[in-house]
Amino acid sequence: MCTYNTEQVEIAGSGKGAQGWFQLTDATVYFDHPVHAMAEHTLNIDFRNPAQGPSARVAVELTAESARALAAAIEAALAAVPAALTS
Amino acid sequence: MSEELTATTITMTGAGGDEIEAYLVVPDGSPTPRASVVVIHHMPGYDSPTKEIVRKFAAHGYAALMPNLYYREAPGASPDDAAAVARANGGIPDDRLVGDVSGAADYLRALPGANGKVGVIGYCSGGRQSFLAASSLQLDAAVDCYGACIVNPPPEGMPLRVNPIVGLAPNLSCPLLGLFGAEDKYPTPDETAELSKVLDDLGKLHEFHTYEDAGHAFFAVDRPAYRPAAANDGWQKIFDFYGRYLAS
Repeated sequence: MCTYNTEQVEIAGSGKGAQGWFQLTDATVYFDHPVHAMAEHTLNIDFRNPAQGPSARVAVELTAESARALAAAIEAALAAVPAALTS
Repeated sequence: MSEELTATTITMTGAGGDEIEAYLVVPDGSPTPRASVVVIHHMPGYDSPTKEIVRKFAAHGYAALMPNLYYREAPGASPDDAAAVARANGGIPDDRLVGDVSGAADYLRALPGANGKVGVIGYCSGGRQSFLAASSLQLDAAVDCYGACIVNPPPEGMPLRVNPIVGLAPNLSCPLLGLFGAEDKYPTPDETAELSKVLDDLGKLHEFHTYEDAGHAFFAVDRPAYRPAAANDGWQKIFDFYGRYLAS
């Protein structure tokens, strides 16, 4: 099925795409058909900078299990350092 | 069957008079006059697998044209980048889709050797859009491959800007072939059965087939969802259907 589900979040940071590093301003998160991963559905994230055009994008397609593991690892990495560094 | 084809990227006039990119494939040396097919790409965009589908129609003797529905948002971008922009924007407006299919149909009717008959086909979101186009424009045959949100609204909380369009059914201008998977959730067999009943009540000619052991995107040969038995039978039904309704 096509879920059409889409979460959008403003972000700040950088990503490395086909043309090298660029500033990131937006992330689109959705669970739907992947373009490349061999699964019927994946958790897809588009890290983007729409002001720099459609190709300013870093895309990942993760199985649900690996997406949850990644989310937990992100939280764990943030929790492992002094709060003053991440606030 | 014609295995000699001419495939080109052209510019056509779409909704609002916009010049947009489109993929045109014409069979070489096949008998004329010939019928035409507008192919509506799926939500992942104007991609290589869908261009293969356009070529398949041409190999069966049709002039086939697929407008790039995301061209305005992302001219020159790779199909997956363009699809990401379209998704972030909540999809494309229905009226723009109708205008783009109308422009594609006009382009095909004006080709040398055209018999004036135009079919439309779409996959996934394009399945809904095929029904939308056939209920908004004068066409000759329409195929809906697992299009959702025709009868039911999108699930609550989903930001895609689409609404049910079953209310357009009285305007359906041509026969409709629907090909669905029994395991699909969007659309469910209940939703397609409801659409079939609406069309029955209106006396609108339609044929719906729901394949067991198939879900969404069973035609997609490059995806795990591919189901060869359903896809092979579905292709046969598509060409039988177009053969009946698009012949001169």
